Amino acid sequence: MKTPVTFTLNGAEAATFVEQGANLLDVLRRGVGDLSPKYGCGQGGCGACTVLIDGEPHLSCLTLAETVQDRTVDTAGGIADGPDLHPLQKAFMEGFAAQCGYCTPGMLMAAKSLLDRNPNPSREEIEEAISGNLCRCTGYEPIIDAIQTAARGRAA
Amino acid sequence: MAIEFRKDLFADERDDNLDVIGKPEIRQDILGHVTGRTPFYDDHLFDGLLHLRCVRSPHHHARIRSIDASAAERMPGVVKVIWPRDVPQNMNTLLSLIGFGRDDEPLLQDKKVSYVGEQVLAIIATSVRAAQDAVAAVNVDWEVLPHVLDVEEAMRPDAPTVNEVYPNNTFDYHDRFDHQKLRFGDTEAAMAQADHVIEGEYQMSPIEQAPMETCGALAAPETNNRVVCYTSTQALFFSLGTTAKQLAIPSSQLHFIGGTVGGGFGGKVDSHHEPLAVLGCLMTGKPVKYMWDRAEEMQVGAPRGGERWRIKDGVMRDGRIIARKFTGFFDAGAYTRLSSYAVQKSTGHLPGPYTIPNVASNVYCVYTNRTPSTAMRGFGITAVDFAIERHMDKVAHQVGMDPIELRILNAYRDGDMKAHRRAAKNCALIESCQVVAQKSGWNLSANAAQASSLRDGGGDRALIPETVTDDEGKIGERKRTGIAPHPFAENGARGRVPAGHSSNNSSAFGNAPQREDMAAEIARLGFKDNVAGVQPAYAQPSATQPAYTPPTAPAPQQAGYTPQAPSNGASGGPTLPAAYTQRPAASQPVAAPTAPRPMVPPTPPTPQPTSTPPPPADEPKPFTRGVNRPGVSRFISGSRRR
Repeated sequence: MKTPVTFTLNGAEAATFVEQGANLLDVLRRGVGDLSPKYGCGQGGCGACTVLIDGEPHLSCLTLAETVQDRTVDTAGGIADGPDLHPLQKAFMEGFAAQCGYCTPGMLMAAKSLLDRNPNPSREEIEEAISGNLCRCTGYEPIIDAIQTAARGRAA
Repeated sequence: MAIEFRKDLFADERDDNLDVIGKPEIRQDILGHVTGRTPFYDDHLFDGLLHLRCVRSPHHHARIRSIDASAAERMPGVVKVIWPRDVPQNMNTLLSLIGFGRDDEPLLQDKKVSYVGEQVLAIIATSVRAAQDAVAAVNVDWEVLPHVLDVEEAMRPDAPTVNEVYPNNTFDYHDRFDHQKLRFGDTEAAMAQADHVIEGEYQMSPIEQAPMETCGALAAPETNNRVVCYTSTQALFFSLGTTAKQLAIPSSQLHFIGGTVGGGFGGKVDSHHEPLAVLGCLMTGKPVKYMWDRAEEMQVGAPRGGERWRIKDGVMRDGRIIARKFTGFFDAGAYTRLSSYAVQKSTGHLPGPYTIPNVASNVYCVYTNRTPSTAMRGFGITAVDFAIERHMDKVAHQVGMDPIELRILNAYRDGDMKAHRRAAKNCALIESCQVVAQKSGWNLSANAAQASSLRDGGGDRALIPETVTDDEGKIGERKRTGIAPHPFAENGARGRVPAGHSSNNSSAFGNAPQREDMAAEIARLGFKDNVAGVQPAYAQPSATQPAYTPPTAPAPQQAGYTPQAPSNGASGGPTLPAAYTQRPAASQPVAAPTAPRPMVPPTPPTPQPTSTPPPPADEPKPFTRGVNRPGVSRFISGSRRR
């Protein structure tokens, strides 16, 4: 049996029908067509599927889709302001903070949630914020640098 | 982090002003990455997408008595069950596309599984959940067999046969040789003269590539009777060719889209997903996705193969290494994939970046009941480099020498002869060691601090010594009775290749039982400095007679190699197979086993005029294999000299 779910996705209304027990990752990707969150493990181990629900980072692969009814979901696909990239996106681009790009959407959302509540985080706070996100190519240094750069850019 | 460049090194050899390293570049694909729009294979939406999951072996080694999928077939959501008989060309090996190795691995196993996770059946259903439930409902009647998980246990005569295509549990090079071999000089004579003989054993476990994106492929019907396949592959044309081969359809019917890989590191070359996804698409007429979950990626995904290495060095009191022997075992797992090639690669890497005048190695590609291994970042090199460098430290400790100075003393210098009969060029190990020592505040002696890769190479160090060969590895009819893995184990027969000869392939001289069609043609291999006066046996075969005639057996028939009875009195190792003790033909011109010969220990570096005549700038070169082809970048050849 399918259940209707409506929520706000990246500022716009979204509605779909979900199977019982469907996870938010599948529903975002195949139900409403936002492919930016990625499947890495399906077990909450890698963070590639990180999205913000009401501003808080969540692992969409472990979130029941029905639970986002009437809530706000933000994904990496929606953080740019029209053609203007989010400062984090710019910093990731310019700082070579991605190689294969598969972990990047999750990293960005974990970082965005940090900067939204703490505009000027220390390096340790950044490490803590992305500690649930795995990267297998780049190593974490350029990612941490990019988040710091973005924070400084926004503060200035 | 600031990067310091040492452009003072080899400064006279540069005309460029390298200024790229150390600065972030804007990647051309990064806009897609940061906006989440990069299209990975799973980022393509299709209505009515079906999901494919596999029934897998829970055993290391088991015969399949029967498979009952009747309950699974009736389950809700199940669309199709793919049986092994549905795969037109079920057997394959990845490198068959370049004619290397026998087809040894089925896409779906129907007889005997040889590792945990081997796939026996594929089920296509309308959802992942339905496919998983159906997989769980399949009943396989397994007859569990004894298994072997260790490379050396797998080489014992009583070990279970892992892979029926290679019944000795070793890959057969050229259909006949059970290992890769390197011979340079005479390690045994050198060991006898050495002040120290230092042995070590080193081992590296398999390593999973663990890409963030799991392996998979998505196939969908396209117009014009074609199938489009989005895939995570790192090797698009391997995947295309393998799919065309296994499904017996022309590749023009396949439209493969790849190149956007969510992390690969070597683990996405095996081309196992595409044939199943495309077959599923052809059998259902619908889009089909075959994607591993994380557990499959870790359990079934082919890792870097485990390796075990034994190294034995003969070292002089002053630290010069005058002999080095290797025995290597590469764990291929249950099937070949790329391990046969990894062994060749590791053999080509020996003895490390050091000028050692006597080198011998035997390296085996061994089958075990473990997950088949495949490519990963420098596979075939990484483990033996680890072993070599650990061993260098051990040698330094044993002879009481500074480990960095030991490396500088033994390092390749420009013009030295490598064990592969190629001159070393563009060497920089000495300079690297010096910079490391300087940066870490490590005191080097004046000699070591002033050494240079550009000086003191060549000369005596450029000579190719007379080389002792043996008959190990000519397996012929090798039975699984006794294995002599050590290079020059006590009882091996010996032959000689004269000093100066530029081929490591002793068979070119006919001192090995040799099929005519397997004789190496030195001219074709691109060796330029063939020694005058040495006439390889293959050079004068009559039209009807094979290059080599065994003394005690009739000439080999067309059908193939005829093994000869052991004809020599090699001091009797009773367990040694005949193939190891066979004697080269007495009539061979270059086999002069009793002639005393000078062993060439490396002369301590003495200043020499550095007179490397630079080759004429743009002289047209004849077409040869490798990097001399027209249009190939000189950077590939590593040519630093202009």
